[in-house]
Amino acid sequence: METITQKNTLKDKVISEFESSKNSLFGNTLLREQAMESFYKQGIPSRKHEEYKYLNIDLILKGDFSLALNKTLDRKQIAHLEILNDAYVITIENGVFIEELSKLQDLPKGLIICSLAKASKDHSSVFEKQYAQSADVNADAFIALNTAMAKDGVFVHVQRNTLIEKPIYIIHVSSAIQNSIINPRNLIVVESNAQVKIIESYETVDSTAKVFNNALTEIVVEESAVVDHYKIQDENNFGYLLNTTQIIQKGKSVFTTHTFTLSGSLVRNNLNIVLDDEGIESNLNGLYLTNENQVVDNHTLVDHRKPKCNSNELYKGIIDGKSTATFNGKIFVRKDAQKTNAFQSNKNILLSDDGTINTKPQLEIYADDVKCSHGTSTGKLDEEKVFYLRARGLSETSAKKLLMHAFASEVVDTIKIDALRDYVEEKISKRFE
Amino acid sequence: MLSIKNLHASIDGKEILKGINLEVKAGEVHAIMGPNGSGKSTLSAVLAGRSDYEVTEGEVTFNGKNLLELSPEDRAREGVFLAFQYPIEIPGVSNVNFLKTAINEIRAYKGLGPMEAKDFLAMLKEKQKLVELDVKLANRSVNEGFSGGEKKRNEIFQMAMLEPKLAILDETDSGLDIDALRVVANGVNKLKSKENATIVITHYQRLLDYIIPDVVHILYNGKIVKSGPKELALELEERGYDFIKAEAQL
Repeated sequence: METITQKNTLKDKVISEFESSKNSLFGNTLLREQAMESFYKQGIPSRKHEEYKYLNIDLILKGDFSLALNKTLDRKQIAHLEILNDAYVITIENGVFIEELSKLQDLPKGLIICSLAKASKDHSSVFEKQYAQSADVNADAFIALNTAMAKDGVFVHVQRNTLIEKPIYIIHVSSAIQNSIINPRNLIVVESNAQVKIIESYETVDSTAKVFNNALTEIVVEESAVVDHYKIQDENNFGYLLNTTQIIQKGKSVFTTHTFTLSGSLVRNNLNIVLDDEGIESNLNGLYLTNENQVVDNHTLVDHRKPKCNSNELYKGIIDGKSTATFNGKIFVRKDAQKTNAFQSNKNILLSDDGTINTKPQLEIYADDVKCSHGTSTGKLDEEKVFYLRARGLSETSAKKLLMHAFASEVVDTIKIDALRDYVEEKISKRFE
Repeated sequence: MLSIKNLHASIDGKEILKGINLEVKAGEVHAIMGPNGSGKSTLSAVLAGRSDYEVTEGEVTFNGKNLLELSPEDRAREGVFLAFQYPIEIPGVSNVNFLKTAINEIRAYKGLGPMEAKDFLAMLKEKQKLVELDVKLANRSVNEGFSGGEKKRNEIFQMAMLEPKLAILDETDSGLDIDALRVVANGVNKLKSKENATIVITHYQRLLDYIIPDVVHILYNGKIVKSGPKELALELEERGYDFIKAEAQL
């Protein structure tokens, strides 16, 4: 015992916390134990790890972090985060579903929303069939950590043939007053022929503690379902967000996801989409605006497993200050996936001399009858364009603002919810002030 | 209105303008002609405030103000307009939004509040008609996917919207077919008044059949070597630039 206390590394702390709490956590304890074992084997990735070479996560996680958190939020504190009036709102505080801060009255027939802990009991057949099925604990240490430690999160189940008109809006709030690691977990199951729009936002409220948010959302998109998914990442300067989104798509389904990274000290997105049947369409859009010492790292994986699927990926970034942005886009086209169309584009504007952008497209193609393309570009704001606008009477600042808006608009315009698009546009305008 | 005295300018240490003198009064149309490399585009760039060029000597006053001390936007706000030889495409910035921003910033400079939306729209409609610009083009991103002629027409449309005191048309005729040329020239003529002036920079005399200049200047090797009435342009067309070169060497 003494040696453990002396070492007191984060890994050991996680394990001791796990041992004392595992029997009170929801779901299958055996699954959690396997996940913990996998986490222990993998460890927290350092920069030597190929997939994490631009991140200092092991350094961030030095020092004392708490794993147990209480609820502190009241409705007033999050009022400003409710950007959509007409939505089913779910509040997740420090990884725990808070019913009284959610607005889930009058859910339509065919839509179930409840805490994951509750779903593991009340909706056990769907839960057991889908939970932790597509997010592989051995693929990534943070998936393993989340799977072992997740306390709660939300379960969204859209039953077959159900069309949900109002968006489902999941607000993740960090409110910790001491340095903490949280592991929010969500499971979204959209059954065949159903349609839904889902927004996940990541925010901080009244917190100046370092919070490492290891969030994981699994989305199951069944046959012919249509899902429009948004992530708005807007944590404060003490927020470290590792956000894994694991999607599995079935035949003829359409899944569109949009990732807007507006702030936060460190944001790492692992977005993995498996196209597991024929006739699937996947769209991945992303926009990141970085400044100061921010680090934003987008890793996407599009796994074409079956024939006749289309994927389109567009990520854009504006990098300022001493910030670092990384885009790493992998596309697998497996042997069976003939007639695949896969396109990827990453464009960046570097505003400062001290900013860094790493961009790495990776295409691995094992089928022979496919159309795939990728392109990246990084440049400064075009001085010719700035001059043209100034020659018409625009100040240098407003010329640059207009050009940055124009650059971002290609991604912003893909938002199909008007109120959300207005919100994102306003946030972007503020960033350009 | 515009007074240029002994203007010298260079780029990357190479002198291009070697002592330009030019007086333009309100209500006048001046044509500046010259062979390639004579400094025509440099002159327009220096007047618009492009920072790549360094003015090494001389002065330029515009309605009593030292133009060379003003930023490009303040020159525009004072009423200088440059129609670009190569208008650039700005994807994602709508023509309309861009013009609204420009007009309101010019108004703010003059101490005026923003233009009423309905006045702006009325103006937009009127000027579109004037330069025969397709409504669809006006609503698109600035110059994106426009043909050469459409781009030039869009320059004249912007000029019509911004109502400058001094318009400088930098080789607006280059690459235009005769119909587009007529439309562009027509727009310029309709916008002409006693209060404003135009400088037409061109390589060919053709444009001057449509926009009749009061004075023609011939620019050669960074200097205005000859000025005269509109007939000078015809003579130049007939005899070519070689006679100017020969005269200049005497």
